[in-house]
Amino acid sequence: MSESKYILLRERDIPGLDKIDVYTDNGGYRVWQDTVANAVPPQQILDTVKAAGLRGRGGAGFPTGVKWSFLPKGVYPRYMVVNADESEPGTFKDRELMEGNPHQFLEGVALGSYAIECNVAYIYIRGEYLSTARILQRAIDEAKAKGFLGQNLFGTKYSLEMYVHLGAGAYICGEETALLNSLEGLLGQPRLKPPFPAAVGLYGKPTIINNVETLANVPPIIEHGAAWYKSIGTEKSPGPKLFCLSGNIKRPGNYELPLGTPFRVLIEELGGGTLDGTPIKAILPAGASAPILPGSVLDVPMDYESVAAAGSQLGSASMIIMGQNDSIPWAAYKMVSFFKHESCGKCTPCREGTYWAKSVLDRIIHGQGMPDDVGLVETIANQMVGKCFCPLGEFSTSPMLFTIKHFREEFEAEVKGRGIARNWRSAVPQRLEPILLEKEL
Amino acid sequence: MLSEQSKQTLAELLTHYPPDRKASGVLFALYLAQRDYGYVTLQAAREVASLLDMDPTEVMGVAGFYSLLHTEPVGKYVIDYCNDLPCALRGSGAMLKKIEEKLGIKAGETTPDGLFTLNDVMCIGACHRAPCMQVNLEFQEFLTEEKLDQILDMLRAGEEPGFNMATEKVVEPWAPIGWPEDDGSSVEGEAEVTTAKDGADETPPIPGVG
Repeated sequence: MSESKYILLRERDIPGLDKIDVYTDNGGYRVWQDTVANAVPPQQILDTVKAAGLRGRGGAGFPTGVKWSFLPKGVYPRYMVVNADESEPGTFKDRELMEGNPHQFLEGVALGSYAIECNVAYIYIRGEYLSTARILQRAIDEAKAKGFLGQNLFGTKYSLEMYVHLGAGAYICGEETALLNSLEGLLGQPRLKPPFPAAVGLYGKPTIINNVETLANVPPIIEHGAAWYKSIGTEKSPGPKLFCLSGNIKRPGNYELPLGTPFRVLIEELGGGTLDGTPIKAILPAGASAPILPGSVLDVPMDYESVAAAGSQLGSASMIIMGQNDSIPWAAYKMVSFFKHESCGKCTPCREGTYWAKSVLDRIIHGQGMPDDVGLVETIANQMVGKCFCPLGEFSTSPMLFTIKHFREEFEAEVKGRGIARNWRSAVPQRLEPILLEKEL
Repeated sequence: MLSEQSKQTLAELLTHYPPDRKASGVLFALYLAQRDYGYVTLQAAREVASLLDMDPTEVMGVAGFYSLLHTEPVGKYVIDYCNDLPCALRGSGAMLKKIEEKLGIKAGETTPDGLFTLNDVMCIGACHRAPCMQVNLEFQEFLTEEKLDQILDMLRAGEEPGFNMATEKVVEPWAPIGWPEDDGSSVEGEAEVTTAKDGADETPPIPGVG
């Protein structure tokens, strides 16, 4: 598009990119205009995205083009729903994308909508991102005023409307079927699958649900082609990825790197290591949802396959870093508390399991644990695995099982009254670096 | 009663959804009700239900499900302070104690003068700018004790901070309606929505296809 070292976070090189004039001056909406005005067959867009090997950036890593091709033939209307309900602890990539480079995202939504032949796209954004929603709405209004969105685009019969739909604070609404329920005005609880949303989705119609970052990748793919895109990243995980770095780290923030970059580059070279200078004890590669990894994985490449082989998931790539002095049982308690708070209550294993595990972890980190309590947490988790209604319930077992698997001695020390978690809760030193470090990169 | 302005805003919003899918506007309607009533009262839920062809029980169920909708009275300023794992690893717990001391309440409580409600919330997507919080959904990031005092003093004096402490970006006063500006200009001249119709056998909408 223009000479920026970024593909996604281009606003860091191009000031004012959130304004439509700056975006179009830098090549923005040209691909979109060419596509619609020349009546490019939607299948061609879909094939390019499929050939590029773009994988969903929301967490599952499912190939986007393949997902689009699941729509049943000849059934209309279809809907594009964008999942902007970014709520995983440690994730703030979509927020920066939507605030800094909203038009590239919207152009991606437009191209995706065209590829799946739909005329209405809803952007479901979490309620906490009210200020981000305002920026998006302004961007949509700008695009409409310029004739990039709306009715009969570029003199053709094709029309596309985009609407921002504000959520109201529920982690579960990031699960795609719960999101659809919430969008329909029901409780944000997951639906039984199958049928999958591609067949029976929003208002019972074929629906594609994509993550914000996924769609922001589409305009550069269409502009530069699948071969160019595949030259970035690894063979099975092509393209750039936003990595959110947070926790005990010197320079937290969003980093755009090719998939397959080793943990060490992100955490030590770019992130500067831990704030307190201690060695990396543990990495949570996908917020609270994926298994914790010990610090020994620093040389593993960060792509979907390698992280899975190392025993975790790349997920949304929200890396929470913990140093040698940070208490793992305390972190496990924090994460299980999160899941207990966010459990939607639909299925019993998740609703009761998270409540029970939180209570047990609570007494463990307060020095009141009983000798069997560590095993009890594992038992609770093992009773939940495979029995929860949706993936979020399954995710909640990760902080129970894998913290204990890798750091059992810390839990046992807590139970024996020799742990550090008790002091940890009240005496964490305030670690502040009140500078916008991520902007300097 | 919901204000006339709220009813009009809601009617405009409902054009975003198929005509028989009014319930899609329920979260938005509840935000409006919350603004007009202070919180989601039973009366508000009944009104929203009648505007959206829903059952009041359903509406109240929805209101109870989401953490940003309040079914009990809350303070004029709702402070959502993040104390989730990424922030806690940067010392947000210590700052929470300071806020509790300054306000004289514990997380989850409202000050007796009805000015502040303090919540200890899960991740709000500002982990890289910890400690962080939202005051009526506006971000305040990179908090220090000094900044915190400044914000609380401004709120007590009846002024909204009006900008984010981290980015110094000016934010518009809290109004969960009619984004981006609350003057209704953003919805004027919007073309009539003809595409959100429900119907299984519409012709493919793309020229040259089908």
